Amino acid sequence: MMLLEFDNVTQSYGAAPVVDAMSFALADGEIGCLLGSSGCGKTTVLRCIAGFEPLQSGDIRLAGQALAKVPAHQRPIGMVFQDYALFPHLTVSANVGFGLKGWARRERTARVAELLELVGLADSGSKYPHELSGGQQQRVALARALAPKPRLILLDEPFSNLDVDLRERLSREVRDILKREGMSAILVTHDQHEAFAMADKVGVMQQGRLRQWDTPYRLYHQPADRAVADFIGQGVLVPGMVSGPASLSFELGEFSGQLPDELAAGDAVDVLLRPDDVVHDDASPLTATVLARDFRGTVFHYTLALPSGQKVLAQVPSHHDHAIGEAIGIRLELDHLIAFGR
Amino acid sequence: MVLPRWRMVALSISLITLIPLLLILASITRPDAELWSHLLEFQLPELLANTAWLLGGVGLGVLLLGVPLAWLVAVYEFPGRRIFNWALMLPLALPAYVMAFSQLGLFDFTGPIQSWLRDTTGDSSWVPAIRSTGGVIAVLVLAFYPYVYLLARNAFATMGRRALEVGQSLGLSPLAGFWHVALPMARPWIAGGLTLALMETLADFGTVAIFNFDTFTTAIYKAWFALFSLPTAMQLASLLVLLVFVLVVLEQRSRGRRAYTQAGKAAPQPRLRLSGVSAWVASGFAALVLLFAFALPVAQLGWWAWSVFDTEFDADFIGYVGRSLWLALIAAVVVTLVALLLSYAQRRDAKSALIARLATLGYAVPGTVLAVGVFVPIAWLDNWLLASFAWPEGTGAILKGTLLVMLLAYTARFLAVGHSAVDAAMHRITRSQEEAARNLGYSGFGLLARLHLPLLSGGLFTAVLMVFVDVMKEMPITLMTRPFGWDTLAVRIFNFTSEGEWERAALPALALVIAGLLPVIVLSRQKESAS
Repeated sequence: MMLLEFDNVTQSYGAAPVVDAMSFALADGEIGCLLGSSGCGKTTVLRCIAGFEPLQSGDIRLAGQALAKVPAHQRPIGMVFQDYALFPHLTVSANVGFGLKGWARRERTARVAELLELVGLADSGSKYPHELSGGQQQRVALARALAPKPRLILLDEPFSNLDVDLRERLSREVRDILKREGMSAILVTHDQHEAFAMADKVGVMQQGRLRQWDTPYRLYHQPADRAVADFIGQGVLVPGMVSGPASLSFELGEFSGQLPDELAAGDAVDVLLRPDDVVHDDASPLTATVLARDFRGTVFHYTLALPSGQKVLAQVPSHHDHAIGEAIGIRLELDHLIAFGR
Repeated sequence: MVLPRWRMVALSISLITLIPLLLILASITRPDAELWSHLLEFQLPELLANTAWLLGGVGLGVLLLGVPLAWLVAVYEFPGRRIFNWALMLPLALPAYVMAFSQLGLFDFTGPIQSWLRDTTGDSSWVPAIRSTGGVIAVLVLAFYPYVYLLARNAFATMGRRALEVGQSLGLSPLAGFWHVALPMARPWIAGGLTLALMETLADFGTVAIFNFDTFTTAIYKAWFALFSLPTAMQLASLLVLLVFVLVVLEQRSRGRRAYTQAGKAAPQPRLRLSGVSAWVASGFAALVLLFAFALPVAQLGWWAWSVFDTEFDADFIGYVGRSLWLALIAAVVVTLVALLLSYAQRRDAKSALIARLATLGYAVPGTVLAVGVFVPIAWLDNWLLASFAWPEGTGAILKGTLLVMLLAYTARFLAVGHSAVDAAMHRITRSQEEAARNLGYSGFGLLARLHLPLLSGGLFTAVLMVFVDVMKEMPITLMTRPFGWDTLAVRIFNFTSEGEWERAALPALALVIAGLLPVIVLSRQKESAS
């Protein structure tokens, strides 16, 4: 059975729905992530699960139990807030122990110590939040949310207030902590790297709709629609045509692979070319002209023009330094054929 | 439709202010022809003329003192600037009526200033008479200029230097920069300070009573307590409320403008160093204001208090102090609790913000008006209670003449003071902190007790302190609604000054000044920590 079932939920403020007939499910022990640009409704989903927004229509079930009538403070769900929302008047220990009401003093002390140990802040229990760095505050917030042993943890843009370096390190750490505790979690972010690094399942949200709920690998290589293809990773849609039951042709040749059922031979399609599908090969008879170059350290991202003028992106190892206007040989390595009908 | 619970709370609180106000306003729609012809013939022309003189004179005076002082202290460096920076707020510690009778003592024909002039120069006849329209205006200007000074100084301090630099880069001298850049930019703040000073002028009762300078507040008091005509008092109060509303609208507009004008947090900027004559002129000007607005009046009070200390400092006096403290403490706690409820209601229900603005309107309404406005409905309620239930023989009043009337009037008048302190602290508790606490299992009262109260403790303390001191100094409400036996220091001062016994009034006045210093210290501390 699924731990969390988010079932056909619609939330509106005014005329336009912020969350539109959305459904997904999270298995026990899984880390899920809602990914989308700001204003797509992802935070509203989180607040509905936490109970801060009254549910307007649909159903949310936790371990089979409907949550709609359960007030926020009685839900066995922990939350880590974007601004951490630590209590400035309490020490780190008191913050972590805040949710442990009704626990015996000794158990409470033990639980707080255990969590501070888990997040690597065993020595900081008597400090106050303002004496900690941003990353440490973030870990206190996580420890506080974990302390009452909730069934599910919600994380709202948990790393957005941190430096880029720290963000990567901490997202790995948080994932390790959650996995070690066997904790299920849902994360909300606008950062693909964070989503891919943290989550087992990622949902791409756009204008209140869930476009695809899938593993990061499948989101990248098998996007469900143009919107997901456009949002996840980089790429260019190149016009082509279905040439057979499992093949299509476009400017760079004919390729075979799995095609969506609704496409038939002769249909006009757009083919998705990722930068890593386009390989630099001096021996290739195909050439393209460098239009723009973007040095990324380990790789170059080249914007190339095919003979027809069609632009494609290519990811090339960084020692292949080509000038703008130069013609370079390219070859396609299409392991996943992705095409959308027009 | 069922209103949300917390909006009901906010609405109930707003009634404390709105019932008296609406009742007073409603009385204007039921004019009594006979009463009005009497008022028009004998009282109104003088009241209106006096009020116009006061508003015009005090308005001009507080601008002429407050704005230049603020500019000097904010932008220039001169000897004593750091002290003047906070010391120029000190006159706020003197209730205007205390300022009034000590200035009368100082500047009267027999007072120390004129005596000294006669002794040294042989002539003091050129000193203008203090018992005059000009004298009242001068006293109120000295008492109320700090409102303009405070707001203008904060505006200049945050934008003054930068405005000057912009002006200088465009070829303006500092003085031209003041006129063409800084002054127009600071206008919303200056207007805010000015309207506060004018509201205090309209509300003033003690000063004009001491000067026998009849305004609406003294006329309301006399109509009630000398002519025993509550209807006349209500009609006069309704006119005064109309004047007040004009000021409230102006003040709210200046607040709105302030929200749009970027004051920003400027980095600490180097001040322009004044040198030579101009430095001493600046110091001299500030020192002179401080001398006349604080040092001399306090010295005069101290001298008088010392001269009568042996006879006046007795068990009686201790009794007055005790009652004042006790009453102020009760009122401060009540007002702060109501303010906390109102602020929390705004938190729980966003639409209560407008209700809160109505509920806190009382800061602009003179105490005399609120005293009448609270008394009248209580009297009606009393009559209804007396008629509806069986009471012991001879019962004449149930609620009338109890502490309740006075506490309601205080709450209406000072809710804004308590509310602004509590609400400022409430705003520092973020929505996500509340949600975090709910997420961790707290709700309702537990949430308030575990999260809000600890975080609000500083704001609650400030609220109690500010209201406490305001109630200690409050004169007309206390005078008009006090239960038998609840004479406070302010009442004692009124009784002595209406007999001209200034020496005897000095000791209670000095006690009030000492209490009044507390919020000034808090205020200057807050400014320091904010900057």
